[in-house]
Order: sequence, then C-alpha cells, then structure tokens
Amino acid sequence: MTNLKLPAWAGWAMALGLALFIGMVALSVRRNHGVKRSLFATPYTLWMMIFTILPCILIGYYALTDANGRLTLDNFRSFWDSNYIMRENLRAVAGDEMAATVARGSVNVDTLVYSLWMAFLCTVVSLVLGYPAALFMADRKMKLGSTLVVLFIIPMWMNFLLRTIAWMSLLEDNGLINAFFDWVGMGRVQLMYNQEAVLLGMVYNFLPFMVFPIYTSLSKMDPKLAEAAQDLGCNSFRTLYKVTMPLSLPGVISGITMVFMPSVTTFFIPRVLGGGNTRMFGDLIESTFKTAGDWNLGSALSLIMMILILISLSILRKADPNGEGGGII
Amino acid sequence: MSQEPRMIHLENISKEYDGVTVLDDINLYIRKKEFVTLLGPSGCGKTTTLRIIGGFEYPTTGRVLFEGKDITDIPPYKRRVNTVFQKYALFPHLNVRDNIAFGLKIKKMSRAEIDKRVDKMLNLVNMNGYGKRSVDSLSGGQQQRIAIARSLVNEPEVLLLDEPLGALDLKLRKEMQLELKSMQQQLGITFLYVTHDQEEALTMSDTIVVMNTGHILQIGTPKTIYDEPANAFVANFIGESNIIRGTMIKDELVSFCGVDFPCVDSGFGENAPVDVVIRPEDIMILGEDIGQLTGTVKSVLFKGVHYEMMIDSGDFTWKVHSTTMQPIGSRVGLSVVPFNIHIMHPMKEEAK
Repeated sequence: MTNLKLPAWAGWAMALGLALFIGMVALSVRRNHGVKRSLFATPYTLWMMIFTILPCILIGYYALTDANGRLTLDNFRSFWDSNYIMRENLRAVAGDEMAATVARGSVNVDTLVYSLWMAFLCTVVSLVLGYPAALFMADRKMKLGSTLVVLFIIPMWMNFLLRTIAWMSLLEDNGLINAFFDWVGMGRVQLMYNQEAVLLGMVYNFLPFMVFPIYTSLSKMDPKLAEAAQDLGCNSFRTLYKVTMPLSLPGVISGITMVFMPSVTTFFIPRVLGGGNTRMFGDLIESTFKTAGDWNLGSALSLIMMILILISLSILRKADPNGEGGGII
Repeated sequence: MSQEPRMIHLENISKEYDGVTVLDDINLYIRKKEFVTLLGPSGCGKTTTLRIIGGFEYPTTGRVLFEGKDITDIPPYKRRVNTVFQKYALFPHLNVRDNIAFGLKIKKMSRAEIDKRVDKMLNLVNMNGYGKRSVDSLSGGQQQRIAIARSLVNEPEVLLLDEPLGALDLKLRKEMQLELKSMQQQLGITFLYVTHDQEEALTMSDTIVVMNTGHILQIGTPKTIYDEPANAFVANFIGESNIIRGTMIKDELVSFCGVDFPCVDSGFGENAPVDVVIRPEDIMILGEDIGQLTGTVKSVLFKGVHYEMMIDSGDFTWKVHSTTMQPIGSRVGLSVVPFNIHIMHPMKEEAK
C-alpha cells in the first residue's frame, strides 16, 4: 500500500505489546509449573490482538488526528459538514466573508441516513419474507421443509460477489428477465441502476441471515406448546400470534441484528446493481480510504459506524437478555 | 356400573402411520363423571387414543362421538375437552396467572370474571400466591398443578390427562394421585387418564382399559381387572403373577406341573390347553409333605411388607410373597386354594 501512514509510535507499540504478551505467557507457564489449558488459546488471542484490537486502536487514532498526526476533531466536523476543510482553507486565504459563502455539505450525513433507511427497508422485507419461510421449514409435518433448508443453504456456499454479479445478468437490459419480457411482447424495462435493484440485491444476500436464526428458535420450540394453545381454544392463526411468535422472538431479534448490521455497511451491491446512482455508507467509507486516500476522515466515518452499531446492539440485547437467539449477539 | 350417559364413544377407531397399525379397531365408551384409565406399556396406542379424542390426530378409520354427535372432523380448539400434557407444555413466555388465564382470554371473558376464576383455580391446586411467578421457577410438582389448573379453568366436559405424573418422584406422585382423584369427584368432571403405571391405574380409576399393541385387551373395574384378568398379558401387567401353561381336564379341574388342581372355572371344554395365572400372594407355603407341590427355595428378597421368594418345583419356578421367610435351600410345600387359581384362554402369540 502506497498510502499506508502508520503513526511513528505504531512499531514501538507493537513490539511492546508482543513483548508483554510473551512475558505473560512465560510467567503463566512458570507459575503453573507447566502448560495450562488456557495457554492453547494463545494463537487466538494473538490473532484477535493483531486483526481486531490493533485495527480498532488505529481507527481511533486516525479518527482523532489530522494528516500530520496532530490531535483534532476536524474529521468529525467534516463528517457533519463535508465542506468544512474547504471553508477553513478559504478562510485562511480570503477571509471570513468569503468563507461564509461556502454552504454546509451534507453528503456524508445524507449517505448515512440513506444507508440506515435502506438497511431498515432490507430488514423489514427480509423479516416479512423470512418469517413464513422459517415457519414452513420448521414445521415437522411438512416434508418439503428440510428440502427448503438445503435450498436456502446452497447459495450461501457461493461467494456473495458472484451471486450479486449473477443478478446483473438477470436484470440488465439484455438480461434474462428483459429477454423474457421482450419475448412476451411487453418490451424491455429498465430494471437495474435504481434503488429497487439495490434493495433486491441486499434482501437476496441477507435473507438467509434472517431465516436461519428464526428457523433455529422455531425448531427448538416444543410442538406440544402449539398443541396446548389449540387445546385451549386457539385456531391456527391465534396459535401463531399468541404462542409461536412470542416464543420465536429471540430468533427474530437475532435475525434483525444479523441483517440490519451488515446492511448498513453494505458496499459493492449498490455499485453493481445501483450503478453509482445510489451510494451507501459502506461505499463512502471505502472511497474515502481508497479514492480520496483520506485515512483520517475514513476512520472517523468508520468510528461513527461502529458506535451506531454498538448502540443498536445494546438496544437489541435489552430485548433478548438471555441471548437465546443462538448466541449471535 | 353407573348409569350416567355416555360422553365419549369411540367407534371402530384404527390408526396407521406409514402403513404401521398403531390402533386396531378400538371400541370404547366413557360415561359422564367416570374416571377412566388407559393402561398399557409404551407403544400400546394409549396416547394415540387420547390424541384422537383431543383432536390432535385423525383416525385412519372410525368415528369419535361426543354426547352422540360425530366430532371426528372438529378441530381441537372447538372440542369441549382439555388436555393435560405429559411434560405440562406450560407457556414459558407467560407467568403462572397468564398461563391459567390463557383459555379464558381466548374466550374473551371479562377481566373480573377471569381474575375470579383464576384465583379459584390457584386455590384448588394449592398454589395461592404463585400467580406472578414465572413457570420456569416452579418445581415439577408445581408446574403439574398449574398445567391441571390451566385445563380445569375452562370447565371442560372431559379432561384428558397424558401421563401427567410421569415426571414426578414417587412420594409426590402418590400425593398427586389422591389430589387428582378428589378434584375429579369434587368437580364432577369426566377424566380420561393415560398411564403405564398399573398401581396408579388401580388407585385412581373407576374403569381401567388395558391396551397392548393397538388392541383393547380388557375393560373393567380395578378389582375385576386384578382378580379376573382376561388373559396372561393383563395378569402379568397388572401386578405380579405366575403364569404357567396347563390343561383343563374338565370343568373345575386343571392340571399343571403334573398335578391336578381343583379350581372354580368352567366352560373351557375337556383336555383344553389353557394359561393358569396365580398371584404370588395367593400361594401358601406349608410343610414339605402337606403341599400340593413341593419345591426348593432358590432366592429370598426382602420387600418391606413381605418377602419375595423364588421356589423351584421342578417344572416351574414360582414367585411367592409371604410375610414369613424360608431360608434358601429349604424344601417347602406349596398350595393354592381353588378360588385363587385363574384359568384363561391361551394368548395368541402376537398379543404378547
């Protein structure tokens, strides 16, 4: 990477961390007169430190510094107002009067709001489509249920980039669907490069993450409970509403988490199916890092994203305090 | 037998799963206010019978009548019966009070009426003050009580109970047996009870229906079933028995172990093969030379009230219950009074 701009202290910090770590392992071996079982966790701890904790620290560092490594909150101001730096530069050159003519740039905030809205839509659609599918799959009386489980799993064996690109060949102007429309005489329709196509791609990719947690919680449910509800006077619909749905709530919450979180940070899907007409926060972060090469603003955007995710997680965790939805949260 | 009207009538009920016959032509009726027990080993079809009455299974052939009306096609939620499930099936997302009130809320009863009835039920099952508790925090016995209350609060015409005491320890089970029986008498509700525990069946029932491999083997009062088992299976399943192949020489004379015994049964024909059933407590141990049979004591077990001895008479090893112990290896005489010798038609092999 040409634009890798590690802070000067990063090398020292890593060396110190490694030394500390090796020291602790050595101390543990000595104190326990041999290898303790927890020592086998060392590779994982090391892995986590290098690839999770260290990047988090670096993101925090970049977000709070400028290109010269000075502490600053400018990156967060730039998030709120994308013209902030430009205006300040103008102020230095041409004075306050000229600076005042530069309006607030809301592109970053707008993209975030739009991403949240798309993620919300994607979650709702996935839930509406996924819940009946999960119900169907978990129904022991349906012989098709287990087949459906396999059908849902098989596409997941393929990389999601491939699957998204496959959608292109279906939706594009010369694609399969349009060929069909043409054949029945309806004429070709613009299916791609709009918000609906992006939503379709997102739902398609994230639907299994909604279905499986719900399916798990439904199939763990004692079928006798549904029978008890019927015995006490509930018809099928009321049984669903009064017993099955409340008991599958942990699965629903876990499904919402697993769809909403990655939906907000989606990138690539909007680029392929949205054709640049729709931009989501994931794309914004990516282009800030790679195209603009602004690691500091990119980190600030990532940090904001992470904080938002943590807040939503803690709200969802309140709704499912036992973590019964498969322990995903 | 009581002359109450028939509540439930099963007519020629058969049930097959994937070609395997689970119930084969069951005919049975249950009278109002009767306590009927379906008794049999696991897999005998007793639970399936109960589920057909509850509406959770559909019979392959036959009809279910409720007060004379065909309810075979009526879904469970429209039947005037309630079920107490084997493992209670209490709703984990509702507290004790809401579990009991569940059926009443479905019926859109007024808040005040629901509260009144639920309180009455909590009182009946001795669970006052537990209304706000979560069902997971209750012991097995308490959950059982709530399950019973949840069913009874709907004032069903018939209560179906599927091995409701199976998960409880012995002492609690005995207590609950008595409580259930007194509840049934107090409320005047028809109970249909499923169990594999013969003692439970004998204690609680007005009528016992003994089932095996999808057939009804015998229907009768506990006393009839115990004293006059219809065949060797029933004799063996209800209490302990010695079952031995014998020959009916003529009326009131049967031969087994090479000895002729006077008995009280007749009508089997002459020189007919029969099964002879003798209860362990009906065999008397006498001096070596005065018994009808002689044997050697092979083993002795102390069972609390009595000793259980295995006594080998050459052709057959008898299980004998007696309050006096005979030492292992001693020679004893065995004798049975005619009244305690039960003669039965030999069982068809498939029914065993």
